[in-house]
Amino acid sequence: MRRYFGRKLLIYLVTFFLAVTIDWMIPRFMPGNPVQNMLARASVRPEAAEAMYGYYTKAFGLDVPVWKQYLNFWVALFHGDLGTSVYLFPQPVSKVLRESIPYDIFLLLPAILLSWWAGNKFGAFAARTKRLDNTLLPIGYILTATPYMWLGILLAWAFGVVFDIFPIAGAYSFSMQPHWSWAFVWDVLKHWFLPFASLFLVGFGGWAIGMRNMIIYELEADYSHYMEALGAPRKLVRKYAFRNAILPQVTGLALQLGVIVAGALVTEVVFSYPGIGYLLLAAIQNQDYFLIQGCFLFIITGVLLANFLIDIVYVIVDPRIRRGMVGE
Amino acid sequence: MTPTTKNAKKKRNEFVYFALRNTKLKVGAVVVITFLIVAMLGTLFTEFEPREYVGPMSEAPSSEYWFGTTFFGQDVFTQFVVGLRATFMVGAIGGGLATLIGMLIGFVAGYRGGAVDESLNVVTNIVLVVPSFAILIIIAAYLEVRGLMMESIFIGLTAWPWTARAIRAQTLSLKSREFVDMARISGMKPMRIIFTEIAPNMMSYLVMAFILQFGGSILIAATLDFIGLGPTTGISLGLMMQNAVNWGALQLGLWWWFIPPGAAIAAIVGALYIMNVGLDEVFNPKLREM
Repeated sequence: MRRYFGRKLLIYLVTFFLAVTIDWMIPRFMPGNPVQNMLARASVRPEAAEAMYGYYTKAFGLDVPVWKQYLNFWVALFHGDLGTSVYLFPQPVSKVLRESIPYDIFLLLPAILLSWWAGNKFGAFAARTKRLDNTLLPIGYILTATPYMWLGILLAWAFGVVFDIFPIAGAYSFSMQPHWSWAFVWDVLKHWFLPFASLFLVGFGGWAIGMRNMIIYELEADYSHYMEALGAPRKLVRKYAFRNAILPQVTGLALQLGVIVAGALVTEVVFSYPGIGYLLLAAIQNQDYFLIQGCFLFIITGVLLANFLIDIVYVIVDPRIRRGMVGE
Repeated sequence: MTPTTKNAKKKRNEFVYFALRNTKLKVGAVVVITFLIVAMLGTLFTEFEPREYVGPMSEAPSSEYWFGTTFFGQDVFTQFVVGLRATFMVGAIGGGLATLIGMLIGFVAGYRGGAVDESLNVVTNIVLVVPSFAILIIIAAYLEVRGLMMESIFIGLTAWPWTARAIRAQTLSLKSREFVDMARISGMKPMRIIFTEIAPNMMSYLVMAFILQFGGSILIAATLDFIGLGPTTGISLGLMMQNAVNWGALQLGLWWWFIPPGAAIAAIVGALYIMNVGLDEVFNPKLREM
């Protein structure tokens, strides 16, 4: 088990190191003078531009050698200093990110976990149940094949425009100020529901299909037939099948994270939901490299942390790793 | 004819027999082929250019403009057909490249084992966890003009890890079989063993991996196009959706602008996935009895 975690940790550290290095390269290796480009594109007021030019040249440390710039970047990173946003000047990037992160957690965590849980349960239930299987299979495949933003667009159009039940832009009404009251909480939930539903549905289809296929494999395995031959009740056989089938689904969750993050990004764009995805798009469109850098760093760290958590979960659900029977 | 080739032929006939009787495979194939035909021949039915302003603005579907027109008066059908072509190209090139890289890395890592396997594993894991669109943002900033080809190659270069993992696992289980030992004893070179002994024995697996990668590449491309990181020239289904959302098609109720592109993607990719299940049943006798 120590070997298992040791290897995993090494890979995560190497990945984090590489990712931060790529991140560091974003503004520095842009063609031309990044500062000048940025200021020209952002078209800020002349006096602000001058101040910013001075600030950025100093922040870049363009007078020191490249290796030193690189070291300085790491030092600043550990101090939580990610530079200043151009597009939201003069707010520091770390502050802008801090304001967006809660929305992401609020949207992504329930969507990922609930769709995984519900999809697995439903997939296991539907497998080899003729009628459910025949309806689930096509629906599940269509759902998992649906581009995230298209489902978002459809839901927004149907429930936001045609039926006019849900709001389709922002995290709360423009007329409201964030405060603790039932009216506000209700408003936030209403804005949250459609983005959540579109993320949930696409994920649900994929997990249900995956589980259904895994269960069928497991039910055809020798141990299942053996148990059936011994006269074990159907429910018990299915329980064992489920336990075996859940392992690849845990791995699958780790493999899917990148796709889910990209999906969340476009979903936020469709609903103008002010999470990291929406911020990242604004940063790209405004060529705000420091903000891009910050978003990128946040996404990388989040994906790595989630992967690590899944590795820990894997140890809990797979007794073989706990006993050191397999290396990976 | 030696007994083994006879056997192989018999087996192939068996696959054809089950393939022709598999509803999932047939339905999936019909849907994909229909869209492929539309993509190839669709431009014959339109005299417009995808970005050309041809008619009245925001017009509902009619006999003249089959899928209506956009907010700017572009013909949606023309955009749809040309976009469909881009979709198939990204799927074929991106998915093909991803499968190829995944195959090579999976074969070598699984067959060689040891230090080669370990280091390839590290590379695979790194590519797996770095969100590929994050890297594309950087590339997009470098290249002001990007084509469809570049997008496809990029997708191919980042989408291979899970295929590599799966193929590595398969290779591991195959390499200790007797026929591979025989080949090794008779002095065959490792690369030849991989391609003449191991690969043919997991052909079904490779075909299925390609189909999944094909569908996956289409979805990734749609996502990239939607956030403006796709090709800067031409038109694609993802780009159509981006334009529709940016220009308020939702609020204006121009459903004919945003429904066809997404529906086509969902139908093609869904059909590919269903084909895959069908193929699985054809190749794997255990799954057939349904």
